[in-house]
Amino acid sequence: MAAKPRSAKRTKLIQDIIVNGSLALLVLIWTIPTLGLLVSSFRTREDIQSSGWWSILPHKEWVQTEEFAVPEGLDRDGVMNIRGVEGTFEQFRNGLTSAEGDTRLVWLGNKRLGKIQVQENNWTTNTDFTLENYGQVLAGKTFEIRQADGSVTTEQGDNFVGAFLNSITVTVPAVVIPILIAAFAAYGFAWMKFPGRKPLFIMIVALLAVPLQIALVPILRDYVKVDLNGTFLGIWLAHAGFGLPLATYLLYNYISTLPKDILESAFIDGASHFTIFQKLIIPLSVPALASFAIFQFLWTWNDYLVALIFIGAKPDVQVLTMRIAEMVGSRGNDWHLLTAGAFISMILPLVVFFSLQRFFVRGMMAGSVKG
Amino acid sequence: MQEIYAEVKPKNPLERVGAWLFRLLISLFVPIITFLVLYVGFRWLRDTEAPKAIIALVAILWGVGGVALLYFVANWFVERLGERWRALLQPYVFIGPAVAILVWYLALPTVRTFWLSLLDRNGQAFVGLKNYLAVFTNQDMFTAFRNNVMWILIGVTFCVALGLIIATLADRSRFETFAKSMIFLPMAISMVGAGVIWNMIYDVNPNVGLLNAIVTGLGGKATAWTAAANIQPWNNLFLIVIVIWLQTGYAMVLFSAAIKGIPAEIQEAARVDGATEMQVFFKIMIPYIMGTIIAVTTTIVIFTLKIFDVVMVMTGGQFSTQVIATEFYRQSFNAQNSGYGAAIAIVLLIAVVPVMIYNLRQFSQREVF
Repeated sequence: MAAKPRSAKRTKLIQDIIVNGSLALLVLIWTIPTLGLLVSSFRTREDIQSSGWWSILPHKEWVQTEEFAVPEGLDRDGVMNIRGVEGTFEQFRNGLTSAEGDTRLVWLGNKRLGKIQVQENNWTTNTDFTLENYGQVLAGKTFEIRQADGSVTTEQGDNFVGAFLNSITVTVPAVVIPILIAAFAAYGFAWMKFPGRKPLFIMIVALLAVPLQIALVPILRDYVKVDLNGTFLGIWLAHAGFGLPLATYLLYNYISTLPKDILESAFIDGASHFTIFQKLIIPLSVPALASFAIFQFLWTWNDYLVALIFIGAKPDVQVLTMRIAEMVGSRGNDWHLLTAGAFISMILPLVVFFSLQRFFVRGMMAGSVKG
Repeated sequence: MQEIYAEVKPKNPLERVGAWLFRLLISLFVPIITFLVLYVGFRWLRDTEAPKAIIALVAILWGVGGVALLYFVANWFVERLGERWRALLQPYVFIGPAVAILVWYLALPTVRTFWLSLLDRNGQAFVGLKNYLAVFTNQDMFTAFRNNVMWILIGVTFCVALGLIIATLADRSRFETFAKSMIFLPMAISMVGAGVIWNMIYDVNPNVGLLNAIVTGLGGKATAWTAAANIQPWNNLFLIVIVIWLQTGYAMVLFSAAIKGIPAEIQEAARVDGATEMQVFFKIMIPYIMGTIIAVTTTIVIFTLKIFDVVMVMTGGQFSTQVIATEFYRQSFNAQNSGYGAAIAIVLLIAVVPVMIYNLRQFSQREVF
C-alpha cells in the first residue's frame, strides 16, 4: 500500500517534466526566428556575412594568439617541422592542428615571404554589437564603408523615418474612421426603427466574408477618375471599407445587448439619439471598441496588398511594409539593413500587442472572419 | 408649456417667412462651409511640400476630425428639421455613411468585377465565359490551385493541430501565460516582416541561414529552400511553415479559452474511472470543443485561401510557388489583363460562398433582430 502513492507521485512528476519540457521546446522553436532577426539587426555588416547570429552564444572557435615569420632554413618545398608540427606548405596553408589538438598553425601569405599564425581553440562569444544599422536605415544619409581590401565605397542609407510617419498617418485614421462609422451604424441598427433595417443589415452580414481582391480593380478605376489615387484619404477609405463589415457586426453584437432601461430613462429625460450615442453608448462600448481597434490597427499597419495597389504609384506616401518589400527585392543581401528595417516596422505592433493583449484576445473570441 | 410656445411664435406672417428663410440659410450654410473647409484641407494635403511630421499630424487631425465633424453637422441639420422629418431621416444619418461605403467598396465592386470577368483584357469586348475557361485550363493557374490546396491541407492541419497541442500543454504547464504570449507573438508581425525573418533563415549562405547552417553542419549541402528547382513543388512547404508560425497562436488562444470552458468534473470523473490522458484528450476534450475547432479551421482556411503577402515577399510567385491571390495580382496589375484577373477574383469569391451562407443562416436564426 505504501508503494502506490509514491509511484503515482512519480508518474505525476514524469508527466510534469514531459508537459513542461515539450512546451518549452515549442516556445523555443517559436521564438528563435524573431530572436535571430533582433540579434542580427545589432551586428555589423561584416559579422553578419562571416558568421551566423547564433555565434553570439558561447562556442569553440580558433582564435589567433600570436604571429611570427616563418623560421629560416626550412625546406619550403618539402616537409617542414614548425614548433613540433610537421607538414608541407599546402598543408600549412589550410591550417595544421598540433597533436594535442589545442593549437593550430596557419601559413599566411606566399611560400617565400610567409608568416605563421598560431591559433588556439577557445571558448568565445561574438558580441560585437552596433547601432549603426538603425542609424543607416533611419537617417537615409550616405555612408562610407571601408571594405576588407582597404577600398572605400559609399552606400546610400534608407529613409525609414518617412515611411514610419506615413504608416502612422495611414493607420491612425484608418482605425478611427471605420470605428466611428461602424459605431454610429451599430447604434442605428440596434436602437432605431426605419424602413430597410433588416435587408441592409443582411447585406453587411453577407459582405463579412467577401475577399477584398474583388474590389481592388473597380475601386482603383474610381480612384484614378476622381484623383484619389495615392492620397491618404483614398487609402483610409479603402481600409475603412474593407474593415467595416466586421466592425459593424462586432459592435452591433455588443451595443444591441446593452441594457434597455438605461437608454429608455435617458429618452424620458429628453435626450436625443445623438446625445445618448455620444454620452452613453460610446463610453459603455469601450471594451468592444478597443478590441476592434487593435485588430484594425494590426491589420492596417501590417497591410501590404491594399497599400501596394492604392499607394503604389507614389513613393513619397509609401508605408513601411512597402519599403521593406522593396528592399527585399532590390538589396536582399544587405541583411544588416533588412533586419533593422524589419524590426523598426515591428516595434509599434509589438508594443500594442503586449500592452493590450487582453483586449486583442477578447476581440478574437467575438468571432471574426474578415474579407 | 404649449401656451408659452404660442406666445413666443411671431404673429406677423412676413416675420415668420423671414425667420424660416433665415433658418434655411443657416441650415444650408453650415454644411456648405464644412465641405469647403474639408476640401481645402484635402487639397492642401495633396499638394503640400511641408515636412513629413507636420503633414502626418495635419492629415490625422483632418481625417479623424473631418469624419466626426460630418456626423455632427449632418445630425445638427436633421435635428433642426421638424419632428416628423427628424424621425424619418435621423436613422439614415447614423447608418447612411456605413451603408454608402459598404456599397461603394464591397457590394458594387462584386457586381462590377463579375461584369469585368465577362469582358476581354481591356474591358472592351464581351467574351462570355472565355476567361473562366482560361482560368481552369491554364498551366500557371493549375499550379496556383494545386499550391493553394497544398497550403490549405498542410497549413491549416498544422495550425489547428499545433494550436490544440500547445493549448493543452499550456493548460497543464507552470508557465502558461509566458508560453502563450510567445507563441502568440508572431500574430503582431506583418507578413512582410515575417518574410524577412524567414528569408534569413532560408538563406543559402550557411553563415546567414540557420537552416543551411544546420544542414551543412550535419554534412549536407546548402540549398536555396524556396527556389531550388530540384525540390519543387516541395519548396512551397518552406513558405507554408511561415504561415503556420504566424497563425498557430490564433488557433491556440481560441482553443485555450474553449478548453478552460470544459467542466473540470467531467475530466476528473473520467480519470477516476481509469481513463488515460490520451483518452481524456480524444474522447472528452476534442468532442467538447468541436464547435471551436470548426470555427477556427474555417477562419484559417479563408485566411490561407487568400494568402498573398508571404508568397509575394519570399518568391514573388516564381519557382512554381504562385497561389490564386498572386496570380490575380499578376494578371490584373502586371499583365494588365483585367478580364482574366477579374475571373480569378470571382473564383476566389465563389470559394467563400459556403461561409457566407453559413454566416447568413446563423444570423437569421437569431430572433432578436
